Amino acid sequence: MKILVPIKRVSDPDNANKVKVSAAGKIETTGLENKPNPFDEYAVETALRLTENGTNPKARLGEVVIVTFGPKDTETTLRGLLATGADRAIRVDVTDDQLDGDILARALKAIVEKEQPDVVLLGKQAVDGDSNQVAQLLAEYLGWPQATFAGSIKSDADKALVIGREVDGGTLNVKVTLPAVVSVDLRIVAPTSVTSMHTPATHKYADGVRFAALMAIMAAKKKPLVEMKLADLTGDVGLKITYKGAELPPARKAGVKVKNVQELVSKLKNEAKAL
Amino acid sequence: MSNVLVVAEMLDGHVRKSTHSAITFARKATAGGGTFSILVIGAGAQAASGELAAYGAQKILVADDASLKNYICERFAPTVAAVAKAGSFDVVTATASSYGKDLLPRVAAKLGAGYAPDISDVTPAGGKLSYKRPMYAGNAYGHAELTTAIQVVSPRQSEFAAAEPSGGASPSEVVAVTPPDAAASRVEFVSMESAKSERPDLGEARVIVSGGRALKEQFAQVLDPLANALGAAVGASRAACDAGYAPAELQVGQTGRVVAPALYFAIGISGAIQHLAGMKGSKTIVAINKDAEAPIFQVADYGLVADLFQAVPELVTEIKKVL
Repeated sequence: MKILVPIKRVSDPDNANKVKVSAAGKIETTGLENKPNPFDEYAVETALRLTENGTNPKARLGEVVIVTFGPKDTETTLRGLLATGADRAIRVDVTDDQLDGDILARALKAIVEKEQPDVVLLGKQAVDGDSNQVAQLLAEYLGWPQATFAGSIKSDADKALVIGREVDGGTLNVKVTLPAVVSVDLRIVAPTSVTSMHTPATHKYADGVRFAALMAIMAAKKKPLVEMKLADLTGDVGLKITYKGAELPPARKAGVKVKNVQELVSKLKNEAKAL
Repeated sequence: MSNVLVVAEMLDGHVRKSTHSAITFARKATAGGGTFSILVIGAGAQAASGELAAYGAQKILVADDASLKNYICERFAPTVAAVAKAGSFDVVTATASSYGKDLLPRVAAKLGAGYAPDISDVTPAGGKLSYKRPMYAGNAYGHAELTTAIQVVSPRQSEFAAAEPSGGASPSEVVAVTPPDAAASRVEFVSMESAKSERPDLGEARVIVSGGRALKEQFAQVLDPLANALGAAVGASRAACDAGYAPAELQVGQTGRVVAPALYFAIGISGAIQHLAGMKGSKTIVAINKDAEAPIFQVADYGLVADLFQAVPELVTEIKKVL
């Protein structure tokens, strides 16, 4: 099975150096650590699990191609993910301000048509823009089925995937016949969330994503990484969403510490009138 | 002036309460002129549509068909897009539940529309709509505009209070169900697994009792009596869900459910940014944690530094005395 995984490099919003807003109303991320979007890391881990026998993860029984949209220095992020097991990488040379989710989906469509993967696996959202849309847009542009917010995936002979979608109020199980677009949620990297056709059903992965061994980091420097131009992928480069300003959330006023449960209940009843 | 199409969400033959937040968005977006209509789509939509007759919609549009029994995006999106086009709507909206988040981008792509996801506010300004949206896990808000004539928008349930009926009776009109996308033949509904609960939904509860990893295997044992006493919904931190102490659908946070109840209890929750982003809109926040330095105390109105295994049962007893 061949899997394409679009990934985004993001500024870590959980970083101690907080997101700032400039006087001109622009979001400033200087000082924040760059890292792969966590949901995209989960998508890479999912792709690796689907293309291997979990008891022998070094042998790749399929192909995992990763693609990112960003300037030259995002290649560091790509190399890091190649070191975890992805086979090759594509970088589309562009900066974030030239992109929105729709342009990204249109460009990805062109890459999918060229690469012909069986599955496009993505994180459900990037933790910077928090938009949650590229998988759905791409599926529509390709005319493919979409399965969003996957918390579990089980391969049916690599012809179809049975996907547990994490929805309000539970898990919605659907079976999609490939090719398809799948976006992943947090639980996808739990020990038994992904079952490939090559892995024994009893196999348990370590929780979370795998880390690259030093040897693999060295070897990843030699893995293929090609550059593409946005203009070669889509002629439709007009932004559909633009940001005119930004603000920081209002600080919540500091509360009080109560001494004991009795005081808490009394304040909730008489002061906050919340009971 | 905007004409807004609200796409209702159905659950078990009824209109889901989340829909009322999209109606509030529609009222706000049309405050400067314009009207809104509501599309009720799904098997049984005809019967359910009456539930929305008194909310001031110009029309209730009904797309009812047996093929729409289970929600499959590839079956719903074509009809939503066709109805939006046929009615020349400027804005198409559905609440940013898992339903709205899955459905609307596909609808936007069909309409060539820009999409403003998960917004917390809308301001009609100079003939345009400005959308405020939380970004960076709630650490900043962006003010966005869409450049397209048709706009697709998902408002956050926690930021748009459920609409109250405004009286009257909107006329209802049956609309055609558009054939599904070709891709629909490659999606098969298998099953819906939901933990049956008598408790209110997280998005609708007045009180939420949330627990963290500190509760360990005693998650339900400790929290259920408190939730029962308060008639509260139960939530959980990501860490508690990841550790398997609570089911995934209880997760409150930027990437789980975003909630804003009148009263929120964070019990044994340290207060990671992504959790705070999902609950800091709550009116009154109570934190119980044995670590006095836990970040949750920075957003809590009332903090109690205590061992939760002792404090929570005591709290249940005390609350029962005053209720």
